[in-house]
Amino acid sequence: MIELVAKRAGMAAITLFGVAVVVFVLLRVAPGDPIAMMIGPGATAEDIVRLRASYGLDQSLFNQFWIWLGSLVQGDFGTSISRRVGVGQLLLERLPATIELAIMALLVAIVLGGFIAIIGTLWRRHWSVGAVDGVNGLLLAIPEFVWALALVLVLGVALPVLPLSGRINPSLPTDFKTGFYLLEALLTLRFDLALDLARHMAMPVLALALPLAGIIARVLREALGEAMMQDYVTLARVKGMSELRLILSEAMRNAVGPTLALTGVQFTFLIGGTVIVEKIFSYPGLGNMAIDAVINRDFPLIQGLVLMFGVIFILINLIVDFAVVAFNPRLRHG
Amino acid sequence: MVDTSLAQTPHRSWQPALRAALGDPKVLVGGGFIAFLIVLALGADLLAPHDPLAQDLMLGSLPPVGMAGAEPGYWLGTDDLGRDVLSRFIHGTRTALTVAFIAATIAAVVGTFVGLLAGYFGGWVDAVVSRLIEIWMAFPAVLLSILIVAILGSGVHSVIFAIAIIDWTRFARVVRAETMAQRQTDYVTAGQVLGFSRLGILAGEILPNVLWVVLGLFTLELGLAVVIEAILSFVGLSVSSDTPTWGGMIAQGRGIIYQAWWVFALPLAGLLATVLAFNQLGAGLRRSLDPVMQR
Repeated sequence: MIELVAKRAGMAAITLFGVAVVVFVLLRVAPGDPIAMMIGPGATAEDIVRLRASYGLDQSLFNQFWIWLGSLVQGDFGTSISRRVGVGQLLLERLPATIELAIMALLVAIVLGGFIAIIGTLWRRHWSVGAVDGVNGLLLAIPEFVWALALVLVLGVALPVLPLSGRINPSLPTDFKTGFYLLEALLTLRFDLALDLARHMAMPVLALALPLAGIIARVLREALGEAMMQDYVTLARVKGMSELRLILSEAMRNAVGPTLALTGVQFTFLIGGTVIVEKIFSYPGLGNMAIDAVINRDFPLIQGLVLMFGVIFILINLIVDFAVVAFNPRLRHG
Repeated sequence: MVDTSLAQTPHRSWQPALRAALGDPKVLVGGGFIAFLIVLALGADLLAPHDPLAQDLMLGSLPPVGMAGAEPGYWLGTDDLGRDVLSRFIHGTRTALTVAFIAATIAAVVGTFVGLLAGYFGGWVDAVVSRLIEIWMAFPAVLLSILIVAILGSGVHSVIFAIAIIDWTRFARVVRAETMAQRQTDYVTAGQVLGFSRLGILAGEILPNVLWVVLGLFTLELGLAVVIEAILSFVGLSVSSDTPTWGGMIAQGRGIIYQAWWVFALPLAGLLATVLAFNQLGAGLRRSLDPVMQR
């Protein structure tokens, strides 16, 4: 077990280093001078040299990489070129908004996917299962970008029930002590704020959750269907247990494991999806900032952002690996 | 079906497989819509009722025919600059399909090649490829594509390159696993015993058997590539703003959604239908072509 943990952690570290190298190389071979975009029209050649040196851009690529990696280890992510603020500070400011969005989407996906799987299993011998198949197929086929736009059109414009952009109504007080607005509003019992936050999150959350709900529903349904054919379920059925109770209390126990492993991996794709979804809804998270950073060629900020996403992805994969081993006794001694 | 697996070589002839595919309703519906799009893309110059770039501010923000204030001849209305929405949509099909086919082909070829090598040779080749795939998957796809296009500069070539460089892993992962499974089979062992070269076995024996899987993935990839192109042109990083694209129309329509929702709605509907069509085509092809799924 300890050996396995060490091995997975080691591989994760190698992957993370690889991510750092790829990002660094990609950005340094890029044509286009970030300094040229920062200087005003009256800048002299000396100004440019000084500015270049202050960002370390005058050194060799190899040196730049080690300087950068060394400062990363010390927690210094450099300074954003377009925003003139520390990258670490910017990341920490935006991270809670994205975490809240992603976790809400994950919860909605689990509830919705679980619901579809249970209905599908319950109706599995009935003609109406075709409707469940159809819904599930749509959820699987349509990516979050298209869901987000469809939601804008339907719930934002045609039936304007939800706000189209932002995280909170600007006229409301935003004296939050943490970045986790929704959680904080709920904990401090400010339900008017929580409601407004939830209304702003509803469309981006749905756009992110629907594709994942489709995947959860498919995998869980398959696992439930198999479990429902096992002898112990038949035994419980003979004893007079209702179908719904059979699914919830008997079959579910064996179906959750494989679904969990897949949900974890797919959760990283959901986080990747926040980039464009946050942009569409002008939601002030990491993804929205990432697109602006790329368009502004803000090298330090892009590096910090991509590394941040890389760390999140690798951490989730690691947690999933361990969770699968911990939940499955057969793998524990492997 | 009578089990004749011992007498059969693992190769399948194309004819019965194709006949099965053409009889599949999913293939017919999905493929039919894609064929329609291809016709639109190829014949855009003839089929579009207006010049997609011609502006006429006197005809700005006209609603689609059937709504109050519509102008005959502008079937699906105009945008705020008076450009015909239907014509722009038809021309946008061209960019979407060109990018999708070229990008998906490159991704499929590269991914299949890498996957075959990793799956067949195993050992350090597989270790390097697996680690590479894992590093690749640690990047959010959308962010990586935007990053690549931002680095290379916007334009069709950059968009194609970005999609291919992101999605080769989809093919590599599946082909690697499939090749590993094929390597264990008797016919590959037989080939080795008979003294076929490794390359001969890989190209002549294993490749034909993983092609079915690649074809299904390729179809799905086409749909994904259309979406990524739309995302990139939505963000303003695809082709120049002179060329109409679905994503560009969506971004423009987003800005004027309260005055002219149709500028937003038509390309969105097109994108949705295209994604679903490729999806159905892929599912149908997989069902009718994959020898494993037929059993």
